[in-house]
Amino acid sequence: MIIDLNKFVTEERPHWNALDEILARLEEDPGYRLDLDQARRFHYLYERASADLAKIATFSSELEIRRYLESLVARAYGEIHETRKRPHRFAPVEWFFQTFPRTFRRQINAFWLSLAVTLVGCAFGGAAIALDPAAKEALMPFSHLQGDPGERVAREEQAQEDRLSGRKATFSSFLMTHNTKVSILTLAMGITWGVGTVILLFYNGVILGAVSLDYILAGKTAFLVGWLLPHGAVEIPSILIAGQAGLLLGRTLIGRDDRQPLQLRLRGISRDLVTLITGVAVLLVWAGFIESFLSQYHEPVIPYSIKIGFGVVEITLLAVFLARSGRKEKNEN
Amino acid sequence: MKTNSLLIKTPEGIVFSLMLAGPVTRFLAWTVDLACISAMTTAASIAVSLLGLISSDFAWAMMVLVFFAISIGYGMLTEWLWRGQTLGKRLLHLRVMDEQGLRLQPSQIVIRNLLRFVDSLPAFYLVGGIACLSSRRSQRLGDFAANTIVIRHPQIAKLDLDQLLAGKFNSFLKHPHLAARLRQNVSPQTAGVALQALLRREDLDPVARVELFSEMTSFFRSLVEFPPEATEGISDEQYIRNIVDILFRDKT
Repeated sequence: MIIDLNKFVTEERPHWNALDEILARLEEDPGYRLDLDQARRFHYLYERASADLAKIATFSSELEIRRYLESLVARAYGEIHETRKRPHRFAPVEWFFQTFPRTFRRQINAFWLSLAVTLVGCAFGGAAIALDPAAKEALMPFSHLQGDPGERVAREEQAQEDRLSGRKATFSSFLMTHNTKVSILTLAMGITWGVGTVILLFYNGVILGAVSLDYILAGKTAFLVGWLLPHGAVEIPSILIAGQAGLLLGRTLIGRDDRQPLQLRLRGISRDLVTLITGVAVLLVWAGFIESFLSQYHEPVIPYSIKIGFGVVEITLLAVFLARSGRKEKNEN
Repeated sequence: MKTNSLLIKTPEGIVFSLMLAGPVTRFLAWTVDLACISAMTTAASIAVSLLGLISSDFAWAMMVLVFFAISIGYGMLTEWLWRGQTLGKRLLHLRVMDEQGLRLQPSQIVIRNLLRFVDSLPAFYLVGGIACLSSRRSQRLGDFAANTIVIRHPQIAKLDLDQLLAGKFNSFLKHPHLAARLRQNVSPQTAGVALQALLRREDLDPVARVELFSEMTSFFRSLVEFPPEATEGISDEQYIRNIVDILFRDKT
């Protein structure tokens, strides 16, 4: 019990201020490190403030001092008991070429599931178009996909004017932001135990399958591949990786075969989720450029063989990047 | 059970509480942030429109990208720079914190902001609001996934006790040992109730005022019984005034 509150506050305030100063430095500069003596002093001040809080808790009227001490102890507690690595200075190149592909490989099972759901969707969409061509209107979200593929191909191959002239950059930035939003939503829907992510992946697959089979049945396979592959080689895997992140979140929430508390499980994947979705955003910038500046141009402007060859090179490089990049450094470590 | 505070017990055995922010306060903070985002995008669009002198296509492209970057990045950047606060949260004295009281990590900030895509569905954060109301720790889905909570830390105004207690003799101060016992036995919340009753006494209906102070006097008597010579001839309201004087006044 404190008999003389003023004496108590006068004596203790310098220690509280010293603790506050250390905390302010730690909070302002993530790279700041305490040496051994400073760490001892910090711990001593934290324990002293904790003891003061315990004492002041018995003193009825000093709500303000109590709240101040609670805030001080809470901040110090966060610093002292935090065992996760401090965020170091962000190195974007190292992150993209090492951390991102390693994270992708570490969570590869979720990617395979994401791919499988999309393929099932593709099969469903393709079957729907094959069995009931009238379903096209219900399945295709965009009006330009609902028409006859033969007519569209003829129109675009005979076009004399560049329909994107003067708005390629705008179209490109629209695609980048739109696809990034879709990817974020695909991840975020993982909070529904993955159900929302599965629905979005399946729906994407349905559209892809329906469009593909529609053009194949119309005998326009070369146009289809030349149109979709240059940007789709990056865009489709990006959506699959976003799905991977969403399914990872869903799997963590379900917690099958993992006896850790939910909080710990979520803590364990938080960096992986952020890495995956940031990697997706970077890939979608590239896909946006390609879709606007290359994919929309067809023969005779650009031969299909060049577009398809470009797409094949892209998807091969992406596969090698995701499968191999960052392996050597990890082994050395 | 849903509570408005989160108690954290440290390994040293110290318990501290964090007051949780409710959905209404958070919604108000969000409207302030929305206004900030609108103002920033308007300012940015004016600046970017100057690029139209070079190329209107490039200017439009930049506008789309800048709008996207501000709407997605505002929450992440401000919460990272201001340790869990956006401008709206600052104004309403709110702060994002780790659920276990640990240091807020950048990945937590990113996740809670990305999950806004679901929380804001179908409109006006309906999903997030319902989640917040039904959550034990007032968490929206983004907080849940990121292991974060939003706490409030109200500013406590200094009270002018001299004005409140002016010119009143306090007979209880002749018994310092009983005054010390009173300070020990009364919780901060109870002391606050007594103070508020005095501050708002003029707002009360006369009958209710008499009844309230009578009940409070009985309660404080049950905690510490002052001798008859200290309590004789004083009203219930003066009794509470003396109690508040002991609990709150600086003795130096």
